[in-house]
Amino acid sequence: MSAIKKMVKLRIWRGDSKDGALQDVEVEANEGEVVLDIIHRVQATQMSDLAVRWNCKAGKCGSCSMEINGKPRLACMTRMNMFEEGETITVTPLRAFPVIRDLVTDVSFNFKKAMEVPAFEPPADLKPGEFRMQQVDVERSQEFRKCIECFLCQDTCHVIRDHEENKKSFAGPRFFIRIAELDMHPLDILKNRKQTAQEKHGLGMCNITKCCTEVCPEHIRITDNAIIPMKERVVDVKYDPLRWLGSKISKREGIV
Amino acid sequence: MTNVEKHEYDVVVIGAGGAGLRAAVEAREAGLRVAIICKSLFGKAHTVMAEGGVSASMGNVNSDDNWMVHFRDTMRGGKFLNHWRMAELHAKESPDRVWELETWGALFDRTPEGKISQRNFGGHEYPRLAHVGDRTGLELIRTMQQRIVALQQKDARDHGDAESHIKVFAELTITEILKENGKVAGAYGYWRENGNEVLFQAPAVVVATGGIGKSFKVTSNSWEGTGDGHALVLKAGGRLKDMEFVQFHPTGMVWPPSVRGLLVTESVRGDGGVLTNSDGIRFMFNYIPEVFKDKYADNEAEGDRWYNDQANNRRPPELLPRDEVARAINSEVKAGRGSPHGGVFLDVSKRLPADVIRKKLPSMWHQFKELADVDITESPMEVGPTCHYVMGGVEVDPDTEAAVEVPGLFAAGEVAGGMHGSNRLGGNSLSDLLVFGRRAGAGAAVYVKQNGAASVSDSSVKAASDRLNAPFTRAGDENPYTVHAELQQTTNDLVGIIRTRVELEEALVKLAALRIRADKAKAEGGREFNPGFHLALDLDNMLLVSECIARAALQREESRGGHTRDDFPKMDAKWRQVNSICTWDGSKVTAVTQKLPSMPKELFDLFDPHELEKYMTPEEMTAQEGGAK
Repeated sequence: MSAIKKMVKLRIWRGDSKDGALQDVEVEANEGEVVLDIIHRVQATQMSDLAVRWNCKAGKCGSCSMEINGKPRLACMTRMNMFEEGETITVTPLRAFPVIRDLVTDVSFNFKKAMEVPAFEPPADLKPGEFRMQQVDVERSQEFRKCIECFLCQDTCHVIRDHEENKKSFAGPRFFIRIAELDMHPLDILKNRKQTAQEKHGLGMCNITKCCTEVCPEHIRITDNAIIPMKERVVDVKYDPLRWLGSKISKREGIV
Repeated sequence: MTNVEKHEYDVVVIGAGGAGLRAAVEAREAGLRVAIICKSLFGKAHTVMAEGGVSASMGNVNSDDNWMVHFRDTMRGGKFLNHWRMAELHAKESPDRVWELETWGALFDRTPEGKISQRNFGGHEYPRLAHVGDRTGLELIRTMQQRIVALQQKDARDHGDAESHIKVFAELTITEILKENGKVAGAYGYWRENGNEVLFQAPAVVVATGGIGKSFKVTSNSWEGTGDGHALVLKAGGRLKDMEFVQFHPTGMVWPPSVRGLLVTESVRGDGGVLTNSDGIRFMFNYIPEVFKDKYADNEAEGDRWYNDQANNRRPPELLPRDEVARAINSEVKAGRGSPHGGVFLDVSKRLPADVIRKKLPSMWHQFKELADVDITESPMEVGPTCHYVMGGVEVDPDTEAAVEVPGLFAAGEVAGGMHGSNRLGGNSLSDLLVFGRRAGAGAAVYVKQNGAASVSDSSVKAASDRLNAPFTRAGDENPYTVHAELQQTTNDLVGIIRTRVELEEALVKLAALRIRADKAKAEGGREFNPGFHLALDLDNMLLVSECIARAALQREESRGGHTRDDFPKMDAKWRQVNSICTWDGSKVTAVTQKLPSMPKELFDLFDPHELEKYMTPEEMTAQEGGAK
């Protein structure tokens, strides 16, 4: 199985916050390669100053997020053999965030939103080493902790993708799963995480189109396992007086 | 220098992986103002790539485990070249460091009693690795990142500004540690985004920059592993210890070419994966070294029984320390018994049901499925050695992580040396980060309280700025990518797993020639997020580190752990008594030997003397058994 070399056509967006355009290049590709390999080859041979973020090249760090033929993807996990022979592959920066240069965007929005989610709060009297939790109970939160913070879900979410004005009041799918993770953590005692998600982080603006779930490279069921359960319980608690009473007594508001 | 962006902090932490973040937390909690600097975005450091787990003798799965067993395993794994005090502190403190993560929100996999589950790993006598599937590094980095955010949220409440006491400077590269009057005074660097220069004034700097893998061609490391910290410390007058010891992880992917070197976690073997050659033979049984004969099964039946009954069986040799397995694979491939793409086969499909594999090794399953079209629940993986970790690093005081010879400088994590001796056990890296990251933060805090603020002179800033701008201003037309590729080929061919005097001498000649070319590496384009410019600067670090590795490797005339000399194939007890020390005088690297501190009696007595006889000279044994320190 010797490596098969061929030429591929790439159309790369180049520019900065002020101005930019798509540029066509032709570059060699080998068997088994991913889009990030091709971009690196362009960098090494034709455009030494082409800006692209990447780190692990294994789908574990979530750095090389970009849009490939208009779809939010990790360049390191996009195999070249998924494209048609002779197809031109268009590579552009994430649309929901301001461009810094070429394929690199300013994703600081996400770090600001992370700051707004209250931290994990264990019972004050529980000492290190004394935590006891069952596997079945931690698994729900573990699913959300698989998140590699690639922010593809944030990029694709139509609430902010073309609506800069919504960013102020909307945390986005990445932080809905962060809130859900803490809410479902067996030993988190902070109350009203779901209400806060609704009232402060814009959960209500999500209308469950599941775009975020579709682009998640970790296959986290963002909509089904985080967003919908939180929405349902918020509704339950808001309109059911018995459950409202229950929520005053135990942390698990609205959960039977 | 009025146009340079300036910041003043108590401590500057370079690197935002596990060690850097743990140091920052400790320094902040001691009341200090801390700058955290990372080359990537916050939360992307190479720590995320750690898969198997974090070792800590909590004894949750086997209650016979304790710090003394962990200490013994660590010293054995390092072939007794470890600094005993670091190995001791590490073994004693790692359980507390893991439990602490839980209080910050980490969610490890559980035992049926609801405690943190622990898995088997190479070289560890008992199941010891706390883990989350095979994404433990991600859990660790995210937990630390979220701990930093929690501290910032508290600062926002207490001081009205989230960044009043901890600020993360992401996508910023440090090019120099600045000193005044022989002491650390700050650090200098540039924003990757726009190339603008930044001056940090601080009396203490913690270096936590990780590894050096990018000096090698086949590596599991990301682009960040360019040995920045190693080089920064050398240039600041510090010393690098034991740089010849480079760990080649036995199981990296070998195909397709674009992912060659990518890590395949040791958990695959810990959970039952077996290594076979093209003849279908489980070859590891032929490679059990004399020193490990009584600890490892010499037949398949016993090795297989061990997975269910560890009290009455010896472990399978697939779980030998990494250096042994890597050399064995290398030998099989060289003998013509390799897999189609130049590795060997690693098979877990015949040992575990498909759903268990997907559950225990989810990211391995994805990695092979998505990048190699291989379903590991049905077929074997092809694997081979990949440059993974450098045991060598900054010589530090074991208790405070203060760098020897440079007041105000501290180092922790992979960039520090001594803890792992000649070979690191899997799982001992994440625990190293936590134990010594915390100690470095504490060491820096004590130092700052005793020494007060620091300021940097204009002349130091001017000199640092000139060096930083050299890729734009210098004459020359070398392409930094080409020089880098040739460096990687040189280390791969001449300073790799198996080394000889002739090849190492050739490597030094080639490295000298590459250095001249690197000094002509030119950055094209502007200052904004320009990877060519960044690489031109990083090249200097990679060349310096590679030279240290080659010089130290040439000096050590024996084979031990992550250093194998074809011309000196045996371990030599005389060489165990010395560490190698590299220094830099501004133009050349010098390697010398330095006596290894000897274990105190109470630690010596933790071992069976018959085992120690395999490593120590008769004189040492007599001295130790006589009770001398």
